[in-house]
Amino acid sequence: MRALKELTGVAAPMPMINVDTDMIIPKQYLKTIKRTGLGKGLFHEMRYNKDGSDNEDFVLNKEAYREAKILITGDNFGCGSSREHAAWAIEDFGIRCVIAPSFSDIFYNNAFKNGMLLIRLPQDQIDDLTEQAEYGANAQFSIDLETQTVTAPDGKTHRFEIDEFRKHCLLNGLDEIALTLDKDASISSFEQSKNNEHRWLTPAG
Amino acid sequence: MPAKTLYDKIWDAHVVSTEPDGTCLLYIDRHLVHEVTSAQAFEGLRINQRKVRRPELTLAVVDHNVPTTDRSKGIDDPDSKLQIDTLRDNTEEFGVEYYNEQDIRQGIVHVIGPEQGFTLPGTTVVCGDSHTATHGAFGALAHGIGTSEVEHVLASQTLLQNKSKNMLVNVTGKLAPGITAKDLTLAIIATTGTAGGTGHVIEYSGEAIRTLSMEGRMTLCNMAIEGGARAGMVAPDEITFAYLKGRPKSPKGDDWDNAVEYWKTLHSDEGAHFDTVIEIDATTIAPIVTWGTSPEDAIAITENVPDPKNFQDEHKQSAAKRSLEYMGLTAGTPLTEIKIDKVFIGSCTNSRIEDLREVAKIVEGNKTAAHVNAMVVPGSGLVKAQAEKEGIAEILIQAGFDWREPGCSMCLGMNPDRLQPGERCASTSNRNFEGRQGSGGRTHLMSPAMAAAAAITGRLTDIRTLQKTEAPV
Repeated sequence: MRALKELTGVAAPMPMINVDTDMIIPKQYLKTIKRTGLGKGLFHEMRYNKDGSDNEDFVLNKEAYREAKILITGDNFGCGSSREHAAWAIEDFGIRCVIAPSFSDIFYNNAFKNGMLLIRLPQDQIDDLTEQAEYGANAQFSIDLETQTVTAPDGKTHRFEIDEFRKHCLLNGLDEIALTLDKDASISSFEQSKNNEHRWLTPAG
Repeated sequence: MPAKTLYDKIWDAHVVSTEPDGTCLLYIDRHLVHEVTSAQAFEGLRINQRKVRRPELTLAVVDHNVPTTDRSKGIDDPDSKLQIDTLRDNTEEFGVEYYNEQDIRQGIVHVIGPEQGFTLPGTTVVCGDSHTATHGAFGALAHGIGTSEVEHVLASQTLLQNKSKNMLVNVTGKLAPGITAKDLTLAIIATTGTAGGTGHVIEYSGEAIRTLSMEGRMTLCNMAIEGGARAGMVAPDEITFAYLKGRPKSPKGDDWDNAVEYWKTLHSDEGAHFDTVIEIDATTIAPIVTWGTSPEDAIAITENVPDPKNFQDEHKQSAAKRSLEYMGLTAGTPLTEIKIDKVFIGSCTNSRIEDLREVAKIVEGNKTAAHVNAMVVPGSGLVKAQAEKEGIAEILIQAGFDWREPGCSMCLGMNPDRLQPGERCASTSNRNFEGRQGSGGRTHLMSPAMAAAAAITGRLTDIRTLQKTEAPV
């Protein structure tokens, strides 16, 4: 996993609630057997016109936000399907941080596994940041994971919460599977005592 | 011993180790795998030269991509075929049991797990699919995971997890005749909102839940995720045990007796703490349909399309406005005047034998409306065979329904079953998101009975009025 310590860039404002993962990456992109190349499908329905041309009204098609590294959006972002393709698409587009009042549980986990940082802030702060993000290319946001802060273009800093373990993994770009496999002895001993106690846990047939 | 909830008990029984910040390594007893979210996970194992730790705890099936027409001649769509072939090859290489599209045991992953007795009370169940919440109906801790987590489980049989909060949804009283688990689950989401369950595991309890069949409990828990919850669960009881006994992968002999003895301890203790408690009166629930593009846009069939102006918060107002535009609806229209083009009966929410029996009861002797195209997609090959044996298939075909092969089908349209832009569908599935059933398609979620009624009248219909005036005696 790619480490993330700091991030500075333009933030695309998308003040919509309940942005679901079907909206983030629709079904036709789920047939891939790869993790890469999904950026072109990000927000497909909103981003492209029927003829395949860019919908100029969509935020990520506006000149100022084509290189956005941050997305500021509404409550319950990433709800619905567990498709990790949603996180892959956002990351592939170049956005590594999403800021919203809340995220769906599964999307939240998926994003961190892909070196992304999701930040939860209260709605009033989101409204303030959204307004500043609307200034476009001149509005630079800075994020510092170590200090858990977002610095807005107006210079104000907003502190966010994150679990220590998640922060540690992201700061250091750690492979969680390797970390877990280091605990093989604990897993084996757990397995053994469980199976002695509950033999029925091994499927019949 | 402090009083524990059902969730606390299952959680505590699966913690392998705990990080200083409380993040736990949780043991996973059952892992279901399908073709859409697993290829990259198996690829990860291969790149890192890792094995599947316990292949016997993993069961794979193809469901999302399969066409629901005759598949004996193979699969036309090259991308779907590649994904399906990849799953077949991966399961062979890593020694995982796999039901292919020709196998009678094949079906929607959340139908076949319980059907095979793979899903059991007190277990942790995961799958790279958000509707894994379904398995909570058995008193299992079951939730969807992403592909990176699929890889983690394959490699280690564990997951890194933070414990969720406990939520109790207590449903008192009984559901009125004609009101089903689907109406109940939609009514609950309408109360909590789609983010109301975020960060929680829901336990459903109360008289209305205890009297639900296993099929009904699966429908209920299936949509816990639409309320934002990590998982939904129902404490196991005699109904659960009767459903599981004798299934192919259920425990046998002494193992069965020991299991049942343990399963009987799986309930929330008196005085156990819930962070959030919601009370629902089952007797007040009417048949529910959705009008918008979020499952929380659920109201009684007797109501009118709402006016965005009446929503309190500005974000909800703009979401409602966008929904009405997308759905092609005008505020104030009675729901029962909304004409439909298609009916989809199927999905991991409502494609089990009991759902099909319900539909057959309503359509028997009737015909689908001339302008309606109605399809029924059974949840598994075994459900299909059972429905054919009971004469259900014949009744549906006679009524003008298209009787299909099992799979996820038009719930998400990864296979050829899709809505065309602007088409309006009465659907028993779980998501009414924009484009979910096909780009530009308009979905109204409802129970199988309500979808059957809509198929006959050609518009959204209150099942209670249909029973009085239009159904045969």
